[in-house]
Amino acid sequence: MSEFLTYTIVGLVTAAIYAIAASGLVVTYTTSGVFNIAHGAVGMFGAFVFWQLRFGWNWPTWLALVVVIGILAPLFGCGVEKVLMRNLADASEATKLAVTIGLLIAMEGAALWIWNPQDARPFPPFYVNNKVSFFGTYVTWTQLITLGTFVLCVLVLWFILYRTRIGIDMRAVVDNRPLLMLVGGNPNRASRLSWILGSSLAAIAGILIAPTLQLSVAPLTLLVINAYAAAIIGRLKSLPWTFVGAAIIGLAGSYVVGYLPVSTVGWLQNLPLAVPIIILLIALLLQPHERLRGYIVRRSRESFPVPSWRLSLTGAVILIAVCAALAPVLTTQPLYFLSTGLALGVIGLSLVPLLGWAGQISLCQMTFAGVGALAFAHATGGGSLLGLIAAFAIAAIIGLLTALPAIRLRGLYLALATAAIAELFDSWIFGLPSVTFFGHTLPLFESGALPIARLSLPGINLTSNRTYLVVLAVIFCIFGLLVVTIRRSRFGRALIAMRESQAGSETLGMRTTTLKLGVFTLSAGIAGVGGVLLAGVQTQVTPTQFSFLESLPLLLLIMAGGAATVGGATFGALALGVFGYIGTISTFIYQIAQLLPGLVGVGLGKQPNGVSADISAGLAKLAAWLPGDIPGRLGLASAAAAVRVSGPVSTGSPPSTGGSPAGPGPAIAGGGVADAGISIEGRH
Amino acid sequence: MALFEVRDVTVRYGGVTALRGANITAEPHSIHGLIGPNGAGKSTLFNVATGLVSPNQGRVYLDGEDVTKRSPHGRARRGLARTFQQLELFGVLTVHDNLLVAAELHARRPGGSGDPRTAVGAMLERMNLSSFGLARADHLPTGIARLVEVARALMTRPKVLLLDEPAAGLIESETEALGRLLRELAAEGLSIILVEHDMELVMPVCSTVTVLDQGEILATGTPDEIRANPAVVQAYLGASAGAAQ
Repeated sequence: MSEFLTYTIVGLVTAAIYAIAASGLVVTYTTSGVFNIAHGAVGMFGAFVFWQLRFGWNWPTWLALVVVIGILAPLFGCGVEKVLMRNLADASEATKLAVTIGLLIAMEGAALWIWNPQDARPFPPFYVNNKVSFFGTYVTWTQLITLGTFVLCVLVLWFILYRTRIGIDMRAVVDNRPLLMLVGGNPNRASRLSWILGSSLAAIAGILIAPTLQLSVAPLTLLVINAYAAAIIGRLKSLPWTFVGAAIIGLAGSYVVGYLPVSTVGWLQNLPLAVPIIILLIALLLQPHERLRGYIVRRSRESFPVPSWRLSLTGAVILIAVCAALAPVLTTQPLYFLSTGLALGVIGLSLVPLLGWAGQISLCQMTFAGVGALAFAHATGGGSLLGLIAAFAIAAIIGLLTALPAIRLRGLYLALATAAIAELFDSWIFGLPSVTFFGHTLPLFESGALPIARLSLPGINLTSNRTYLVVLAVIFCIFGLLVVTIRRSRFGRALIAMRESQAGSETLGMRTTTLKLGVFTLSAGIAGVGGVLLAGVQTQVTPTQFSFLESLPLLLLIMAGGAATVGGATFGALALGVFGYIGTISTFIYQIAQLLPGLVGVGLGKQPNGVSADISAGLAKLAAWLPGDIPGRLGLASAAAAVRVSGPVSTGSPPSTGGSPAGPGPAIAGGGVADAGISIEGRH
Repeated sequence: MALFEVRDVTVRYGGVTALRGANITAEPHSIHGLIGPNGAGKSTLFNVATGLVSPNQGRVYLDGEDVTKRSPHGRARRGLARTFQQLELFGVLTVHDNLLVAAELHARRPGGSGDPRTAVGAMLERMNLSSFGLARADHLPTGIARLVEVARALMTRPKVLLLDEPAAGLIESETEALGRLLRELAAEGLSIILVEHDMELVMPVCSTVTVLDQGEILATGTPDEIRANPAVVQAYLGASAGAAQ
């Protein structure tokens, strides 16, 4: 009995911390409409700053707490809301998510920069040696303080939400934002307060959990996943249910450690870490089915040009030629980073149909890449082409299995489900040396760093890094052209149509579920091949290469390049390679390079098309100046025409032509296309 | 049995009853008008008909089959197509590709008319939309965009076509042209249910008109009967005539 009580107390104390973190997440999301993936990172930063003040500079505990929770965290929340989040009200779900992912990466980079991870930072819990007796077991003061802090947070939240004017505004924003504005309320003020509260609550949670998790960047940042789970049980709006969710997660984690044979049964050994994630997945899958609605009037700022064959082939030839020219002259490091960039590029290409066209946000592409690399390593051993096919097939199957339950979710919920799957692999499956099922042993990462053979092609010796670079460029181009082919196909059009209007697609006879499963499967397969190529650069694989946190910078840079185009994916992947390389120049630049993907992501709110749209518009303007048929030969003519014909991309109401509300014309519809705002999309 | 029938449908959203025991039928070669004030339940009826909303009660029949449990795409594959009051075009695709997506979904159905691209070209020609073929759908004026939705729905070669306010945003000459097109389509055998506020369009083209008010059927009859019905005049037509002046 006392053992059960001990596990229950431990579970409830953990639950209290999750509840504090999750309540911050819920308050921010409901009021501002932005789900802050960086919530855990804010908590992590708060814990580090507290450590610096309390232990680094020996400030009194109370002063450090007041400064972190009462001054710095609120200031930070206020700044984030003002600088980043206010412009995002009309942005797509993917862009909103990308901006907070950018924030996460930037904060992670900044923390690693300021606090060298090599140094030990002891973070003793508060009053660890004082304890009180409780029904035959002991409760430490630390545990009591944690539970007391939770109660205090609940009281403060209750007071603000139910007993102040701005709290009423905050609850009103959740119900109906325009209505609040009509009655004179100020949603921006409410939104700012929600970010202030969210940051402070994250900092409190970070400080409370840091002693158990140790003061290190990644685990504290990933604390957010446990908070998601509780918040999802509260359906992202109910604080009481969020607290129930936190209790379930805290207790389940504690009882699993206490009562399951986690140390003796091999495949159970990492299970306790995965408990919150499994609960998150179950909670997501039990979400009520969102009704398929029409009436979502959405004007897309994004553009989806149809790539011409000539432009695509020209791009492919240039890329291969540049790589072939650079291969003999590059030194080891640039060669390594360019190769890595190209391999990541193939994984990036997997996002083009999935995210760029179908609008399905996946945060687990690196997991699929890892599955592909593992399959390749174990399938044939020798790195044959057959192994590559196995990598594609097995990653595709895992993608399909991921998609089957996740497919009914949309937008944010799908993103969170894929994040949970990535974390499930990270914390559980990729951590196992092998799995034994019914007497069959399936080898995984074995001792941690798994040696892997490079792809071998008949007649080509790929052991040389220089040859490998050129072959990588060729494979990247093959997959790039494959993606172009898909864009020009029926499948590609259907994906974009589904994203633009699911109700419209379904009522035309489209099986959107099958389509989503198809694109998830294809995308996971391509990512699997990318994983093989990435592993081949170093000829070994480690689980950390394919972790959840690795998926984020890739996703961001692909979006920054332009997720709807192959050019965008190429740009994003090469940028990752370049950031990696410039990081080798000096420690200082390395620190900055760590921040760059985050800053890029944060900038996405301004330009959702990514830079490739700017680049192609710039190229097209240039083409318009070139004499004769040079633009045509390069396949730039259609782009040039687009620039000449189109006005600014319309985000407001559709332009009317002339004085009538409809187009001019003799019969049903007439008139020309050269009205301002009507743009011509590539060629057919 | 009618080609298409919505029978005794009730839809409740929480405490609000959007439709109460509503019926409507559609026959080949005919246009059935569905009129009523805003909020009467017309769009909800279309949503039930196409499977976007499950009714609390009632059935939907298409071509002799009970399709109440069928998905929206299952119904579309059996010959039901619609347009939306709030446009559901594929905004970033061109007008041509909007139609092509629809044509490709039905290209392999028996009785297909060969190459989808040829069919799209012919449809753009027929609807006089050829000059808009390469324009992005979300850059179109509303009136043209509504016609593109009609054209896209027709690409599925439907037996039954539900049109939700297709003339909103059209100028007079365009509305007349739309009326001519609807008559042509009906003459070819199509069964059309037309939701529309413009009585200049509804009354001349429809053989039957149903009036919906506050979720209930107020009257069904020929246009002349409906015009003469005092309850209809009081609930809807009188008000719209007053507004028109």
